[in-house]
Order: sequence, then C-alpha cells, then structure tokens
Amino acid sequence: MSILVLADLHEGQLAGATAHVVAAAQAIGGDIDVLVAGEGVQAAAEATAKLDGVSKVRVADNAVYAHQLAEPMGALLVELTDGYTHVLASASTTGKNVLPRLAALKDVSQLSDVIAVDSADTFKRPIYAGNAIATVKSDDALKVITVRTTGFDAVGTSGSATVEAVDVVVENSQSSFVKEELAQSDRPELGGAKVVISGGRGMGNGENFKLLDGIADKLGAAIGASRAAVDAGFVPNDMQVGQTGKIVAPDLYIAVGISGAIQHLAGMKDSKVIVAMNKDDEAPIFQVADYGLVGDLFEILPELESKL
Amino acid sequence: MKILVAVKRVIDYNVKIRVKADHSDVDLTNVKMAMNPFCEIAVEEAVRLKEKGVATEVVAVTVGPKAAQEQLRTALALGADRAIHIETDERAESLAVAKLLAKVVEDEQPGMVILGKQAIDTDNNQTGQMLAALTGLPQGTFASKVVVDGGKVNVTREIDGGLQTIALTLPAIVTTDLRLNEPRYAKLPDIMKAKKKPLDVKSPADYGVEVASRVSLVKVESPAERKGGVKVASVDELIDKLKNEAKVL
Repeated sequence: MSILVLADLHEGQLAGATAHVVAAAQAIGGDIDVLVAGEGVQAAAEATAKLDGVSKVRVADNAVYAHQLAEPMGALLVELTDGYTHVLASASTTGKNVLPRLAALKDVSQLSDVIAVDSADTFKRPIYAGNAIATVKSDDALKVITVRTTGFDAVGTSGSATVEAVDVVVENSQSSFVKEELAQSDRPELGGAKVVISGGRGMGNGENFKLLDGIADKLGAAIGASRAAVDAGFVPNDMQVGQTGKIVAPDLYIAVGISGAIQHLAGMKDSKVIVAMNKDDEAPIFQVADYGLVGDLFEILPELESKL
Repeated sequence: MKILVAVKRVIDYNVKIRVKADHSDVDLTNVKMAMNPFCEIAVEEAVRLKEKGVATEVVAVTVGPKAAQEQLRTALALGADRAIHIETDERAESLAVAKLLAKVVEDEQPGMVILGKQAIDTDNNQTGQMLAALTGLPQGTFASKVVVDGGKVNVTREIDGGLQTIALTLPAIVTTDLRLNEPRYAKLPDIMKAKKKPLDVKSPADYGVEVASRVSLVKVESPAERKGGVKVASVDELIDKLKNEAKVL
C-alpha cells in the first residue's frame, strides 16, 4: 500500500484536519506521503513533516497552486498519483472540490466522507444525512477518498519525515482567484473544538448570539449555528453545523434554541455529550440530547454564564 | 447561451429513512420522493439567468428510473424549456452520471452547466467536479453567488473559513450551495404547460456509457442509537450533571 495525502491548508498554514487524514491513512496501512501544494508553503511543509506516520512530504510551491484552485490542483495530482494505491484528503471544502476532479481524470470512483476503515478496499461512510451507515468496497485500482476528520483521532507531532520539492508546474488559464472574505475569530476552529455551543432560530436575532459569547469564553468553546439561524441572517454561513455545513463531534455540544431537524443532527449527533436548551419540550433535539433543559433561553443563558 | 441543469430524484428531505431488515440498502418502497433540494436551487438559478436575458434556453437532464420524469416535469414547470431523461434502473454512481452528462454537454454545447453541490441521499458531492474534469471545463463549486460577465463567470463559493470568489472562463460547471437562491414554487398553470414541453428519453447505451458500478454496497446499517437522555429542572442541576456525571466540564 502506498498512500498520498493532500494536506489541508488554511491561509497558507497547515490545517488541523491533515493530522486526522494521516490517521485514516495509518488505518489503511502502508507508506504515507503528504503533498503540500500552494504558494509560500514552506512553513506548512515543515509542520507536515512533524506529523507521526508520514514518510515523505512532497512540496509543490508555486503561484499556480495559490488558493488550491481545483483546475491546477487536479492536474497536479494526476501527475503525482502514479505508484500510489490510495489518495486521501479531508472532506473539507478543498478536499471536496479537488478530489472528485482527480478521480474522474483517473477514471475511478470516489468514496466521500469516510468515517472508518475496514480494510484497504472497504470503508464505512454515512449516507442519507447520517441516518444510515454504508459499508462500501471499491474495486478501483486507485482509491480516491475524502475523510471525515471526526471519524479519526489526530496523529501526534513527533515525526521527522523527509521533505522534497515537486517541480511539476501545470498551466491554468481557466480559473483565477478574485478575493476571499474569511471570518475572523479568536475562538477555536469549529471542526476541532472540544466544546461547541450553537444557536438556532430560537435565538431570535443576530444580536442575541452575543449571549453565547460569555459562555463560549468560559468553556473555551467554538460557536456554531443551525441553518435556520444562518438563513435568517443571524450569523455568517461558515458557522453552520449540519449535513450541508460543518460536521462536528466535540466532547460537549450545547444546542440553544435549535429544534433538531434531520439536517442539523447530521452535523452533530456524534458529539459525546449533547445538551439541549429549548422552550418547546416536544422539540426533536431532546430525543438525542443527554441533558435537556426546557425554558426561556433569555433567562437560562445569563444564569448559565454566571454560574460556570 | 444555453444552460444545462442536472436534477436528481431523491427521497424527500423530511422523510425519516428506514434501513432494510437484510441490511442491503435503505428501503425506498412507498416513500415520498422529490427533487433533490440542491437541484431545485440549480433550476431556479438557471431560470433566473434566463429571466435576466443571460440564458436563452434551459435544458433539464436527469439520470434515473422512469419515475424520475416527475422531477423533470417539475423542472419544466419551474421554467426549464425542455428535458432529457437518461433512463436506467441501475444505481448510477457519480462517475457514471458525470460520464453521461459529459456526453450531453458534448451534444448540447451549453455555456454553463448548473448542478446541486450534493444529493441528500448519497451525500457524495462529486458529480459536478467529475463532470468538469471529464469535459475539461473549469468548476465553481458550492456557489452562493453567480455573476455572468461577458465570456466569464464570477462565482462566490462557500468555503470552510468564509467566502471565496473566483473567475471562470465560460463554458463552466457550477454547483449550488443552499444560499444561492430561494427556489420558487411551480404554479398550477405552469404545471399544466409543463406537460406539453418536450422530454426526450434516452438510454445510457445511446451515449455508449457503462453504468455498472465500481463500488459495491456491502451493507447498510442504522447508525448507533443515542440513549434517551434526561431532562433537568434547572441550570444548577445541568451544571452539576455536566461536572459530576458526564464529566465534560
């Protein structure tokens, strides 16, 4: 087995997701190389070399790979995949954007959002918004896989892989980067946070989301939201937890004013402990919550903040 | 320009699914089916581009069983001009669908293809990207804004950290995120008119594409059930339980 992992970058730095994908690669077994592609990514490559289990870091540092646009990334991966049996990336928006392109160019299927490895060709993945778990077996010579990071614990950082430059430069005249508007936050990243507190439509408006700030600060939590809260314009969409937003599995998930639609549960029901606060005691969220508190959020939240 | 929109028939998003007792798949007998929500958004965007004068014709296409013609009729009622049904009873994987759509792109030469970013049944999020790869066209995935400007399209994409805008040369492939638009409802007169719009039926063999899958479904199981929890009466009790029972504080 010989596995190539595509490193996830965030603003040019190595993103936490990569350590989880390497863990998935270890579960498959075999040599693990990681490709770091972007512009100005030497620091990210060095951080990647420290991930346990990685034998070689391949660095494609060129302006054409800036922002990891799908067209040049797909072309680069096609050039590099000879000799590998598996190509893995996290099921981040970058992995989802790039890997199916590679799979089609190699004329193979892709397995999306894998949560467990049964063997080198058999994997588990959720379907129907996580309401069923499919075990799938791929007969393709090259397995192209995106990994749900919450399914695998991150590897440690005591490794010392070799770093080598990749000098493949591809052309791209089809797509160009225009701009990025990234949300700035001092809080932990939603996908990797130990504690997440999320607000839903029951928060009433965007202003009221401030009621979650103090609690999040005390718990070191990331703040999430349901689709209803995002669609109502309370908070930006990168905070959305659910089937079409982020998938989280923290130790503690606190759902505030969230009814618990199937699509939201898809994003958080693997959390270790779920707390629900809602004024409607019939809300479906209570069926998955370990601890439920029925009442008025605008009384509960300040009280919780003061007592933590 | 012509816009091609791909739609998929899936289980209605509100339905609580059941796994078959023999674990072979999800049970779809007598279950309410509908157009995949992301595909509705794709149709809406195409129709809006036509209303703005950017698009001249909207062609809806689907790959699936005979019953999927219902979803094509829905697309026609929403404003698509004609439809192509590639009929197959096989479980068509994303790669096979992308290959079939690539052939339709070759035939129809659209200026843009709009697809949903994922189907809510398989949750693959692959077909648009694969179609882009097979046709050699650029891709704008997870679009929350699409602005056509001459020979280019600016696509604002929802990415993990926020939003990213990219410019693509046309023709291009776009996949829709939920926030791209609010799909309209089909009105009764439009539903009646849609029955008269052209709908071509083709087979995968007409396009020379093999639908057989490379990925076999070994089994399908229900996810681990969460134990029913308890309701607490006060914030104090909640904090106490989280500290001493769940030990997460």
